[in-house]
Amino acid sequence: MDTPIAARSIRDAIAGGRLSATDVCRAALDRIATLDPPLNAFRTVAADKALARAAEIDARRDNRNLPLVGVPIALKDNLCTKGITTTASSRILEGYVPPYSATVVERLEAAGAVIIGKTNCDEFAMGSSTENSAFGPTRNPWATDRTPGGSSGGSAAAVAARMVPLALGSDTGGSIRQPAALCGVVGFKPSYGRVSRYGLLAFASSLDQIGPLSTSVDDAALIMSVIAGYDACDSTSANLAAPDFHAAVNDASGLRGMRIGVPRHLFREGVDDEVMSAFDAAINATREHGAEIVEVALDHSPEAIPVYYVIATAEASANLARYDGVRYGYRAEAATLGEMYDRTRGKGFGREVKRRIILGTYVLSAGYYDAYYRKAQQVRTLIRRDYDRAFTNVDVIAMPTSPTAAFALGERTEDPVQMYLSDVFTVGANLAGLPAVSVPCGLTRARLPIGLQFTGRVMEDATVLRVAGAYERATTWSKEVPPQLTSQQPR
Amino acid sequence: MPETFSRGDVERVARLARLDLNAEEKDLFARQLAGILAYAEQIQRVPTEGVEPTSHAGEAAAMRDDSVRPSLPREDSLAAAPDADLRAGLFKVPRVLA
Repeated sequence: MDTPIAARSIRDAIAGGRLSATDVCRAALDRIATLDPPLNAFRTVAADKALARAAEIDARRDNRNLPLVGVPIALKDNLCTKGITTTASSRILEGYVPPYSATVVERLEAAGAVIIGKTNCDEFAMGSSTENSAFGPTRNPWATDRTPGGSSGGSAAAVAARMVPLALGSDTGGSIRQPAALCGVVGFKPSYGRVSRYGLLAFASSLDQIGPLSTSVDDAALIMSVIAGYDACDSTSANLAAPDFHAAVNDASGLRGMRIGVPRHLFREGVDDEVMSAFDAAINATREHGAEIVEVALDHSPEAIPVYYVIATAEASANLARYDGVRYGYRAEAATLGEMYDRTRGKGFGREVKRRIILGTYVLSAGYYDAYYRKAQQVRTLIRRDYDRAFTNVDVIAMPTSPTAAFALGERTEDPVQMYLSDVFTVGANLAGLPAVSVPCGLTRARLPIGLQFTGRVMEDATVLRVAGAYERATTWSKEVPPQLTSQQPR
Repeated sequence: MPETFSRGDVERVARLARLDLNAEEKDLFARQLAGILAYAEQIQRVPTEGVEPTSHAGEAAAMRDDSVRPSLPREDSLAAAPDADLRAGLFKVPRVLA
């Protein structure tokens, strides 16, 4: 039997004895060996550990009802994995093997998952193209001269190329949703606090959230049912019972009665024509399936990008102070402690990380704190209030995930502001702590994927997944695969 | 608010951040950060008098009980250090004073 694509089908086949975890693991490793060399989606493939784990699963009988039994999963390389190298794609952590696993990793393993390896990303998740990895860029499976987006570009490319059915990423300003859109897969950023961040190498702690990339909304719901929930190790994790995500996605009423808000005033400039037509067609499809479309205003969204870059860099400058050559990672030779710090950080961090540390340190420094950091936090409040007001009238808000389809490697690396604008529609959900999902909603004439984003009320993750699942069933875009895979794709 | 971001500004901030930059990076960052800050100026136009700042997207972080819990064994904590004295249980660093 060939390995199915969907995580839920793989799980059911293993639970039913039709496939072994070892067969599934080998198939994934074979696909990685064949497909990954030109893409560079993986930083580390933990083949031996994965096969040993699969054999252990096959040897037992008491694990057949585990929700992810035998399902191969890839993890972004900023998630700590005990015994498996974790670098966040930075030289400063080259060769670092964590002494503990992130809470999400422990939960996945307890649910029967097989960790296949670690995926490439922008260094410390800072970027929108995966070109800021210290270990070379990842390429988009749909067009290898283009970026997969970022920062979770390796996870998006690995799922898009069907090397794994599921991957985890992290999303600070769009880093799950934008690469999912650019690679034609589903990407979900849960509400802030829904998933424990313990063991995620911190970038901007008030914005970071871990979430899945998958080939379907149903698989996103499946893995969410495993990773969501309170964790005493993360004081910001919400002490709420996780809802039944699977039931929400498969809710028979689908889009009927759903009120979908569209902030059309944000689309006046900068949105590619083909993205705009795909978005309009998607909105029409939701209307035809019973949704009511309502115009909403998010007046402060034009300021979301500068607010985000002030807050995210400020938090990053504090979080990255820990990389000092003392406890882990790279150390530069120097005669004194002070010089050692300076050189270790100067040599260990890449350009974008240094640029953000400088910006973040500056906006927090004496004389500028009120003008930049405090001001940005106040505008953040106004952005939150805009969403609160809109959600008194609608259930979800729809926007394109990214204003353009995948851009060429090198196209935006010289102009940081241009690169930052990739996140114009995604940063709002992070600033307001809201759940948001990207689902495939079209292809450009050059056959590059386009993503549709739904954002929901805080902790209404299930509503967002319900709408996305119903949209997915109403169209066929999620079934499209990258061109070179059509010949070798497993059934 | 500064209209430009000079090489001297970059050097001052890099010292605060304990970050060695080479000459090329100093010039590049001075230019790019001036651009980024000019772009960020647009937030100054938003009226925010009396608006509370948001420091966190979720609820306020919960306090845990102040009780002793198991933590990583010392040898595990030292295992990834560039230089450590495992027997004494210490991280080793270069001398503090030249």
